[in-house]
Amino acid sequence: MDTLQFTRHSETEWFIKPSGQMRVPAIIYATEELIRDMDQKVFEQVTNVATLPGIVKASYAMPDAHWGYGFPIGGVAAFDPGEGGIVSAGGVGYDVSCGVRTLLTGLAVEDVEPVKKQLAEALFRHVPAGVGSRGKIKLSDAEMDQMLTGGASWAVGRNYGTPQDLGRIEEHGRMQGANPEAVSARARERQREEMGTLGSGNHYLEVQRVAAIYDQETAAAFGIELNDIVLSIHCGSRGLGHQIGTEFLKEMAIAARGYGIKLPDRELACAPINSPVGQEYLGAMRGAINCALANRQIITHLTRKAFAEILPQAELKLLYDVSHNTCKVEEHEVDGQKRKLYVHRKGATRAFGPSHPDLPDDFKKTGQPVLIGGTMGTASYILVGTKESKELAFSSSCHGAGRAMSRHQALKQWKGRELVDYLASKGIVIRSPSMRGVAEEAPGAYKDVGEVVDAADEAGLSRKVARLEPRVCIKG
Amino acid sequence: MMLIDIGIRGIGASMEEAFEQAAIALTAVITDPHNVAPLEEVGIECEAPDHELLLAEWLNELIYQMATRRMIFSRFEVTVDRTLLSGKAWGESIDIGRHKPAVEVKGATYTQLKVMRDETGTWLAQCVVDV
Repeated sequence: MDTLQFTRHSETEWFIKPSGQMRVPAIIYATEELIRDMDQKVFEQVTNVATLPGIVKASYAMPDAHWGYGFPIGGVAAFDPGEGGIVSAGGVGYDVSCGVRTLLTGLAVEDVEPVKKQLAEALFRHVPAGVGSRGKIKLSDAEMDQMLTGGASWAVGRNYGTPQDLGRIEEHGRMQGANPEAVSARARERQREEMGTLGSGNHYLEVQRVAAIYDQETAAAFGIELNDIVLSIHCGSRGLGHQIGTEFLKEMAIAARGYGIKLPDRELACAPINSPVGQEYLGAMRGAINCALANRQIITHLTRKAFAEILPQAELKLLYDVSHNTCKVEEHEVDGQKRKLYVHRKGATRAFGPSHPDLPDDFKKTGQPVLIGGTMGTASYILVGTKESKELAFSSSCHGAGRAMSRHQALKQWKGRELVDYLASKGIVIRSPSMRGVAEEAPGAYKDVGEVVDAADEAGLSRKVARLEPRVCIKG
Repeated sequence: MMLIDIGIRGIGASMEEAFEQAAIALTAVITDPHNVAPLEEVGIECEAPDHELLLAEWLNELIYQMATRRMIFSRFEVTVDRTLLSGKAWGESIDIGRHKPAVEVKGATYTQLKVMRDETGTWLAQCVVDV
């Protein structure tokens, strides 16, 4: 993008003043290099979001922003129901509550290196991954309802994990306000055999080494040291969330006309928060958040079983579980007034700073862990929420690297098998049901996640704590 | 995390044919359609207020059938009567070893969603899909 389109407020804050139908300004947080690399579509989309009814303060984009569906991926926007504010299925995305969960293992790199291959095999055997894979748990209608309202806490009730796990999950493992009646028969049907499955595309399970620590004190508070082994799971609400996204996108595209909302782009489909469609979506979407939390909880259980076979001394404890495709009701101070807002984060991670009331006691002093996924050959990062992020972007940060190249281009450039061999030569074990899938997810097809994280750190959206490098990757 | 990176496009002498071709492109996102045997027939009906939304509905219906039946399709037949589409898809159960499916499609989106006829009379039906 041309930087001349912006007023530069600081090294990392790029401001677009309201024009045309925009109700509020738009702000992109990024370094100059990242801005130059961003697609012009991000500008168009972040300003389109600024036209939606009831938007508060500004329409934001994170340093990893790229062209999304309606809202940019990496977009953050808050709406006030008292001012006709809307909720948007396109502002949450198809994979509702897609997110990252990181577990500590109590192991060091030397414990894992000699058994890496066996560990990869055991994980691949226990955790269903890829297209068409089925979970071992089939839910009855009654159980589906319980799962939709109970989330990870439902899963723990069925002995998938321990009550201690719940304290380390956003919403304490259970999203309030879910309405199972708003979840269609089709969404349920799509989920019936998909509980505890990883999915495909960029979803993965990784065994990672702590390769660098940037903030010793916070790392210690999080329980991580250099050369520790941690494990991260990246996946979402599976078929149920996808179906809810699909259905409400259509319903809202049609409903918006009836509510007299002029959409600059059909994908911005939305409905007033205080409308039947808006309320129904919120109830269904919260059910999908619970589905994602339950799914990551079951995968955690399966992961523990795999570790017990190969490294029985491991003790897998949750660091945290964050979601990056959500709409959540939060209290924020705007112009000195506390207001309840509906904060959409699409490909953006919530990043509460120190002493936020919704955080578990363990993180009250530090702020919450912000977990950023990378690609299989590069790195992932652990960051921490800051106080200033509240003012900057309703306590939000980036979520990942973002593609630099299409799947098609990636397929032309890499062969899955060669890539697996190359990564093996670097000590990274890959297991995947699809070599084409591996090639499409080649590390070189993504932007440098390090640059994105540095920009988030520099902007103050969150602060770098540690860098993680993959040792084993189960790719869906 | 979602990525705008796969668009599908069907081209045909009629709108129906363009819809059928778009469905083949949808399969190609997942696996090579030539390796999918059209053994089993699945009937599909859907409705939408305009042709563009109807294309998205048709594709989303196929995505739903693929996900719940664990099938993949290679042959399609579509008829459109104003806002109603009735179609058939032929395919087989997914065989992970043989089809080596690369990625599952989460949904057809409204991004780059177009159904149009050019000056030569050729129909085009396209959109971006979320994977």
